[in-house]
Amino acid sequence: MKNILTFLCVSIFIFSSCSSEEENINITLNYTHNWDGVPITNQDLNELKFTNANGEKVSIENLRYLISNISLLDAKNYQLINFSENSGTSFNISNLTNGTYTLSFRFGFSDEDNIDGAYQDLNSVSFNVPGMLGGGYHYMQFDGKYADNKDEEAGFNYHSIRAVDKTNPDNLKFEDTSFEVNLGTITVSNNMKVEVKVNLAEWFKNPNTWDLNELNTVLMPNFEAQKIMSANGKSVFSLGEVTP
Amino acid sequence: MTNPIKMKKIHPFFLCCFLLMNCASNEEEVYTPMPYNLEIPTLFATKLIAPIVPANNPLTEEGVALGKKLFFDRILSGNGSQSCASCHNPKKAFTDQQQFSTGVQGESGERNAMPLFNLAWNFDERFAWDGKEFGLEEQALEPVSNPIEMHANWKKVTERIQQHPTYPNLFLQAFGTSKIDSIMITKAIAQFERTLISGNSKFDQFLRKETILTPEEQNGFDVFMDEAKGDCFHCHGSDNNPLWTDNKFHNNGLDATFTDVGFGNVTGDPNDNGKFKSPSIRNLAFTAPYMHDGRFSTLEEVINHYSEGLKKSATIDPLMKNIAKGGVQLSTQDKADLKAFLLTLSDNDFVENPSFQK
Repeated sequence: MKNILTFLCVSIFIFSSCSSEEENINITLNYTHNWDGVPITNQDLNELKFTNANGEKVSIENLRYLISNISLLDAKNYQLINFSENSGTSFNISNLTNGTYTLSFRFGFSDEDNIDGAYQDLNSVSFNVPGMLGGGYHYMQFDGKYADNKDEEAGFNYHSIRAVDKTNPDNLKFEDTSFEVNLGTITVSNNMKVEVKVNLAEWFKNPNTWDLNELNTVLMPNFEAQKIMSANGKSVFSLGEVTP
Repeated sequence: MTNPIKMKKIHPFFLCCFLLMNCASNEEEVYTPMPYNLEIPTLFATKLIAPIVPANNPLTEEGVALGKKLFFDRILSGNGSQSCASCHNPKKAFTDQQQFSTGVQGESGERNAMPLFNLAWNFDERFAWDGKEFGLEEQALEPVSNPIEMHANWKKVTERIQQHPTYPNLFLQAFGTSKIDSIMITKAIAQFERTLISGNSKFDQFLRKETILTPEEQNGFDVFMDEAKGDCFHCHGSDNNPLWTDNKFHNNGLDATFTDVGFGNVTGDPNDNGKFKSPSIRNLAFTAPYMHDGRFSTLEEVINHYSEGLKKSATIDPLMKNIAKGGVQLSTQDKADLKAFLLTLSDNDFVENPSFQK
C-alpha cells in the first residue's frame, strides 16, 4: 500500500510539473455588442431604442447566432452566442504558445459542417432549419420589432440561413451564405482578453440599406434576402481591445 | 523532482482518507440503492443532449418506486383526499382534462394542469406555466402546501409519512435513512417524474422508418415547418428536436390586455408580461383543454387562434406573424392537415405504460 501511495503522489507531482507556462497561455474571446458604437447588453431588449440606416426605430427581443471554425481552436468547432440570454458571449481558448496568430472565424456553418440534425446541443435549443429548406442550422435568429411606415409596431424575424432558391421545389438550389470573418493578427505572449466587437446596426446598413417595411418576416425561404444578409454581415464584426 | 520529506507528511493523510472511504463503503453496503436505468428513446439519444439528473438526486430503483408510491398517495394532501395523480392522471398524459383543477377545498385554480413527460429534458429547469419553479424537486414542494391545491402543512405531512407503517423503511432503502423530511419526499417524487418519458408516437415511428404518414399528416407536418404557413417549429421543435417544445416563454397573442401576467410575475419585468411556457405538442389527444388557462377546448380552436385570432399587445412575440389580420391565415385544408399531423404525436404507449399507473 505504501508503495502504491508513493507512486501515485510522485506521478501527480511529475504530471503537474510537466507543462511549462509558455505552452499554456489562455486567451478569452469576448463578443461585445454595440449599435453604431453605443455599447448594448441584454438589458437593452424590448424597446424601440435603436434606429437603423433606413430610419426605422428598432427593438431587439431575441438574438442568437452561430460562429464556427474559430482559428485558434481545432478545425471543427462552433459556438452559439445568445445575446438575449447573455450566454456563449465569452469563451476561453487554452494551451496556446507565444506567437502571432490570425484571428478568424466563420459566421454560421459552411456547407461542409451544416449537417442536418448532427449537433445535439443545437438541436436541443431548436436552432434547426426545416428540411424543406435544405435542413441544417440557422446562422442567426434576430427577432425584434420596428415602427412601420404607419408608425405602428410590427415584428421582424431577421433569420439568416444557407440561401435556398425554391423556384423549382423539386430542384432546390443552394448558396452557402455563411462567411469568414478575418479580424487580422494578434500577438500572444501572455494570458489575455480579446474583444470582438459586434455592431448590430451593420446588419441593416452596409452595403445594402435594409427596409424592414419590405423585408420583415418569412425571410428564411427568401433567396435574395439571404444573400443581402450575408453581404451586410461582413462588416458586423471587428477586432476590439486586446488586454492582458 | 520528488521531495521525500513532503511525501512522508502526505502519507498519513492518504491513509486516513483510505480508511475513511473503507468505513463509508461498509456502511453504504447495507443501504445502497440500485441505480435506475433510464430508458432513453433512440431519437432522444441521437438528437438531444443528456437529460438533467441532479448529482444530489441520482435515479435509483428504490427512489423511483418510492416516488411513484408518493405520487399516487393521498397522504400528501391536507385532508387526505387528493394525490398528485388527482390532477395528473397517467391515462390523460398526466393532466386532468379540466380547464382548472379543483383542490381539496373545492376551490379552482387559475391555470390548466400541465402534462408531465420528458421533464428531464427541460434544460433551463424552469417548471410550471410561468416558470416559477426551478428544478423538479422544488416544483414538487409547491402544490402540497398551496391552499387551493393540496392545502397541506409540510411538517404534518412529513410526520404522517414518518408514522406510516411502510414508508420509513422505503426511505431507508432509497436514501439510506428512515428520518423523513420534505426534501427527501420531493426528491423521490422528482425521481419518478424523470422516468415519465414519452417517445413512441406515430411520428416517432415515422422518423424511425417504422411507419408512413398519410398525405394529410405529411402536409400537416409541412404546414408546421413552413415559415410562410404555420411556422410552428420556431417554438415547438421539429423532427430534429423530439421534445416538441423550446421550453421557453412567449406571448402567443392570446389577449390584448392581461389578467394573468404569467412569466412577468416571476421575473418582475413588464416585458415578460403575458408570456407563458410553450408546452410540448406531444400527446395533445389526451391533454385538452389547451393553453395556460385552458380556454380552448379543441385543437381546431387552437389552430384558428394562430390562423386568425391573434391579439396584439406590447409583449406579443415577434414570431407571431400577420397580426393585423389575426395570424397566418391557413386554408381550411391546411388547418385540417395540421391537426392530423399534431395527433400523430400522441403516444398511446405512454398513457398505457404500466410503470406509470397506480
